[in-house]
Amino acid sequence: MRCDVVVIGGGPAGLAAASAAAAHGSVAVVDLAARPGGQFYRLPADAPPTPLAAECAARGVTMLTGRQVFLVEPGFTVHTDGDAVTADAVVIATGAHDRPVPFPGWDLPGVLTAGGAQAMLKGNRVLPGRRIVVAGTGPFLLPVAAGLASAGARVAGVFEANSPAGFVRHPGVVARHPDKLVEAAGYLALLARHRVPVRRRHTVLAAHGTTEVTAVTVAKVDREWRPVKGTERRIVCDTVAVGCGFVPQVDVGTALGCATDLMAGTPVLRVDGRQATTVPGVFAAGEVTGIGGVRLSLVEGTIAGLAASGVDVPARLDRRRAGHRAFAAALADVYPVRNGWLANLTGDTLLCRCEEVDHDTVRAAVTGLGARDARAVKLLTRAGMGWCQGRMCGAAVACAVADLTGGAADPTDLTRRLLAQPVRLGDLANDTLEDR
Amino acid sequence: MSEVIFDGRPLPVQPGQTVAAVLLAAGVRSWRTTRVAGRPRGLFCGIGACFDCLVTVNGTPSVRACLTEVQPGDVIATQDGAGRAV
Amino acid sequence: MDVVVVGAGMVGAACAYFCARAGLTVTVVERGSVAAGTTGAGEGNILVSDKELGPELDLALLSARLWRDLAAEHGPAFEYEPKGGLVVAATDAELTALRGLTTEQAAHGVAVEQVDPSTVEPHIAPDLAGCVYYPQDAQVQPMLAAAQLLRLSGARLLTGTEVTGFLGGDRVTGVRTTAGDVPADAVVNAAGTWGAEIAALAGAPVPILPRRGFVLVTEPLPVLVRHKVYAADYVADVAADTAGLRTSPVIEGTKAGTILIGASRERVGFDRTPSLPALRSLAAGAVRLFPVLADVAVLRAYTGFRPYCPDHLPVIGPDPRRPGLLHACGHEGAGIGLAPATGTLVAELLAGVAPSMAVDAFRPDRFVGVTA
Repeated sequence: MRCDVVVIGGGPAGLAAASAAAAHGSVAVVDLAARPGGQFYRLPADAPPTPLAAECAARGVTMLTGRQVFLVEPGFTVHTDGDAVTADAVVIATGAHDRPVPFPGWDLPGVLTAGGAQAMLKGNRVLPGRRIVVAGTGPFLLPVAAGLASAGARVAGVFEANSPAGFVRHPGVVARHPDKLVEAAGYLALLARHRVPVRRRHTVLAAHGTTEVTAVTVAKVDREWRPVKGTERRIVCDTVAVGCGFVPQVDVGTALGCATDLMAGTPVLRVDGRQATTVPGVFAAGEVTGIGGVRLSLVEGTIAGLAASGVDVPARLDRRRAGHRAFAAALADVYPVRNGWLANLTGDTLLCRCEEVDHDTVRAAVTGLGARDARAVKLLTRAGMGWCQGRMCGAAVACAVADLTGGAADPTDLTRRLLAQPVRLGDLANDTLEDR
Repeated sequence: MSEVIFDGRPLPVQPGQTVAAVLLAAGVRSWRTTRVAGRPRGLFCGIGACFDCLVTVNGTPSVRACLTEVQPGDVIATQDGAGRAV
Repeated sequence: MDVVVVGAGMVGAACAYFCARAGLTVTVVERGSVAAGTTGAGEGNILVSDKELGPELDLALLSARLWRDLAAEHGPAFEYEPKGGLVVAATDAELTALRGLTTEQAAHGVAVEQVDPSTVEPHIAPDLAGCVYYPQDAQVQPMLAAAQLLRLSGARLLTGTEVTGFLGGDRVTGVRTTAGDVPADAVVNAAGTWGAEIAALAGAPVPILPRRGFVLVTEPLPVLVRHKVYAADYVADVAADTAGLRTSPVIEGTKAGTILIGASRERVGFDRTPSLPALRSLAAGAVRLFPVLADVAVLRAYTGFRPYCPDHLPVIGPDPRRPGLLHACGHEGAGIGLAPATGTLVAELLAGVAPSMAVDAFRPDRFVGVTA
């Protein structure tokens, strides 16, 4: 099909972009999931659509769900495992996925990402386990733990590797967003009612078990996330939900040649004031331009939708975006990923889950074979070459390489993917026949 | 009542649930073994990014359990290694 | 004797390895990382079956033998697989042409065997006219091979170091780099696709241009494709002088279980933007030869730039325009296969030993007066 603007990703940013653009032309949204909404507005199948999705429908937006975008050709043609969509402008709103940080046992069944635990609950009303440890870093851990506790899980503890005391460095930003404090206080109160311990500067050192997780070791950590000797404690659990922030899904943009910047250790698509990337006609909004939460995503999406339609962007949207970005920057400063986790690894701890590449193998590529960067390590060890194409291990491999070489961690090369999703050879081949 | 078959045994399903949800609700934690070391794997990212939850559904290998919604009567099977016998 | 090798790809690694074995002291200067250029975007082909009769085939036969020797010594380190090549003909006319070629190849030392396609490749399309088996064709994991040969050479390795100029007057006495001057008695230009830039810095231009190639990589699978399998029209393709897209993929399994399908050939400069027509025709070619692949997922595609000269022969040997400078580049899509022979010849020429084969056809100054 053909339209004026095609939006890739149907989360808050994508839906906001589609809604804004639909007032000025024809719009299609392509999304991987069965229903629009992304991770934030994820709903069970029998729930009514989220208001923003309903608004898009009312404005005549074509919603192409359950479609995997594997490649966008310049010009622009969005190729999916269904029909292709051609458009004059593209808005990339592909969001982000959890950033896991490896530890011994992190690939045991029962260890899953915080976002995965929440998706299971929000989208399916299923608890991923009965006795759950929530760990990692970032404000996202609180709603995940609160949601699990409310739904009846026994949350054995929330372990935050950083300390929210870091907000004292950002008094102005905190004062301008009192709602965020109220929200966090609400989650903490709920967790207190369920007698869930919430520990700062604590982390999961290892998950234990043979066929699935049966316990974890947690410990106090210092500012650099190095474990404090003698504070280790074993906690029995059947599930561990972990997340250390998020990794933006930039691959559709980088394949088109869009420039990226490193933000919080992972690449984000570079955009200007109109959410335009460095490639003309390609716009980006939401987490793919930097992790900032739902409100920033909505504003960015609206701006991108207007800009992609060639319409002027009202100054008030600029101001609102600036406020949310300031808060996002403060969050990034308070909840960084520190390198102390590397000290917990054993030689046989997997960094790449797909190709089962452990830390010793990565070390040998650097110390024995002359690899100086993440890409060379990938080529020599297969880390990042498996099914997930480096989505889960990219940031971790880059940190491990930088730790060994003394350089700066840069996972950008491990996030470049000409194909953004797997595609059946038969589907690729049949397209050839259609062209003829 | 709706159900699917997992490795020969019937499991109850709610409409619109994903394969992963059905399996976890039934207490199944792993439904794949890895190619190199035969490690058990199940749900990890939960949103289609990690491909750890690959499973065989109605004979089609390497389906993402977290994205695929079940249909009553689906036959779901644990996937070993590459998931193909070729 | 001190030698600087510019480039830590497969050819540079082979030059370093054989020079070090000849008793020379070697420093390798690489602006990026080990095997990060064309070597890291290749498939690891060691082919004699696709070479034009003449100096290129002679070089390939020498190199195939050297690869066997290297594998006997260090094989497991770089996944050497003497799996053989299978060239298939779709029609009787193609098969007749192919058999005509094999007669000539056999006369030049290429081992050829007539086999039944379905016997040697159980999953190959049933409607093919026939095929020829080339037992000398083989495969390595090219990144590991380059890294391991560099390691085994004991050469000093300067990665992240760019050559910015040459030392000396008429005679080259080393290189200027972003990490300082590196004096040497000789400099070997093994910069591959970027060899023309190094040659220009030395004031001794060679016409090397990039040819874009895409490769598709499938999900990991049980063994499904046993040999390096390609269509007979690939032989004509390698020497094609058209600028547009040409694709007749080589299909091969790897130790990791993935199947590689590549490579397309386009002369479009250093352009990395995705080209769906190239990817589609690779997929179509693969499914045509192996229908079972239709249901297999492609996990990734990558692109690289193969260095080629106007006459499709590499540039190997001393440059008479700049004494002390040698070239070892421009191997088109065959640099992995041709690397050991290239490295051996460079080492012999530097050590003043009679070269293992005539190198006149690869002279660096053969293009003087010829426009690329």
